[in-house]
Amino acid sequence: MDFLRPACWSEALEAKANHPDATPVAGGTDVMVELNFDHRRPETLLDLTRIEQLREWSRTERDGVASVRIGAGVPYSRLIDELGTSLPGLAMASRTVGSPQIRNRGTLGGNLASASPAGDGHPPLLASNAEIELESVRGSRTIPIGEFFTGVKRTAMAPDELVAAVHVPVSTGPQQFSKIGTRNAMVIAVCTFAIALWPDRRGVGTGLGSAAPTPRPATEAEAFLAAALTDADQWDDPRPLPDSITERFGELVAHAAAPIDDVRGTAGYRTHALRVLARRTLSWAWDEYRGDTEFSGRQRCA
Amino acid sequence: MRLKLNVNGRDMTADDVWEGESLLYVLRERLGLPGSKNACEQGECGSCTVYLDRVPVCACLVAAGQAQDREVGTVEGLADEEELAPVQRAFIDEGAVQCGFCTPGLLVAADDLVNRVPDPSDAEIREALAGNLCRCTGYEKIMAAVRTAAERNAGTGISESTGGDRE
Repeated sequence: MDFLRPACWSEALEAKANHPDATPVAGGTDVMVELNFDHRRPETLLDLTRIEQLREWSRTERDGVASVRIGAGVPYSRLIDELGTSLPGLAMASRTVGSPQIRNRGTLGGNLASASPAGDGHPPLLASNAEIELESVRGSRTIPIGEFFTGVKRTAMAPDELVAAVHVPVSTGPQQFSKIGTRNAMVIAVCTFAIALWPDRRGVGTGLGSAAPTPRPATEAEAFLAAALTDADQWDDPRPLPDSITERFGELVAHAAAPIDDVRGTAGYRTHALRVLARRTLSWAWDEYRGDTEFSGRQRCA
Repeated sequence: MRLKLNVNGRDMTADDVWEGESLLYVLRERLGLPGSKNACEQGECGSCTVYLDRVPVCACLVAAGQAQDREVGTVEGLADEEELAPVQRAFIDEGAVQCGFCTPGLLVAADDLVNRVPDPSDAEIREALAGNLCRCTGYEKIMAAVRTAAERNAGTGISESTGGDRE
């Protein structure tokens, strides 16, 4: 086995171009498990932990939208500590990942490239319409998260590409994340749900995890809720949501799922749970929105 | 490959390291430091917890090559020549050790907590130890030991993390 240890990003891209079969390894929380159990014997490991630039995040603006550009190598523990205010949904999801030891090592870039249907980082990124910045020696491109996952553990990445960064719009309203599992720590999700309210553009974002071959948004549910809130003038004058709205939202989220039976749960349970999570997270987010609006007399500005 | 790293404040070299092996294997089988325990090999149990550049990680999930030129702190480095570390003393005093297998990992995780958080709440202790499984104690004595270590730390004013370079 070869172990490539590029010291900088251009060296890493060079290495990936010369060894397209190389397995990139950052936090090792997936790759090392496969190696330890002899499930995989890649000919080449490409260590990305020496590349300082991957461990940085910065504030940017994309098409007039305030965003955070998160280097692919930023570990979950730092997403929680440093970005909880700007990206609350992503921070909440990060808190549910593994254990402190795992969060100290695991990275958002690794989560994306592994593309597990159960990846905890994916639903909040979907709910925020995040974009993935991919790079190779041929150049750089940015694709919407909705086009990134192409199948179970499959992505739109070319063999010579690496994840450089993730661009996530800064929250403009409440965000929530909920995960079903047998305990709080060390759980691979039975299913997850993320919701984000975007009062600035009168929009709603969602993301479902462990609910289909790929993480996916519940687009019908998003459109329904956004329209319902606008029709009832709820954005400017938020009142308690009628049960008919939360119920219908939950139903549409459940409809968006295409789960399977596996060791962690049945498809039927997952569909039911998603409906509950959708209603619940919407209530939490809506309570927060009403509270903020009441308190400040205007919409919260993150 | 040849691997050079600093363990518990000392520069060490391991030869003929296979590229796919873990830092845990290097520590236990090549450097004679069997304190970090090998159990699940998938980051679930925390019994291999070590400091890597002063941050607690599962040594089983660190590729050997990733530890090149890094600072590693193991349970063997917690005590100095004279004295046990506060968490070690507290684990003994509170009877927080039964079979002992999970203890090294718990000690490193607890050492990190009490050096990072001056007066941890029970919720913070539970969260900090969520990645370390113990199948004997039921955790109550472990909780008591971490509370005791934190109190004693507060008494001595130690607050800097000492992971990896206690010399």
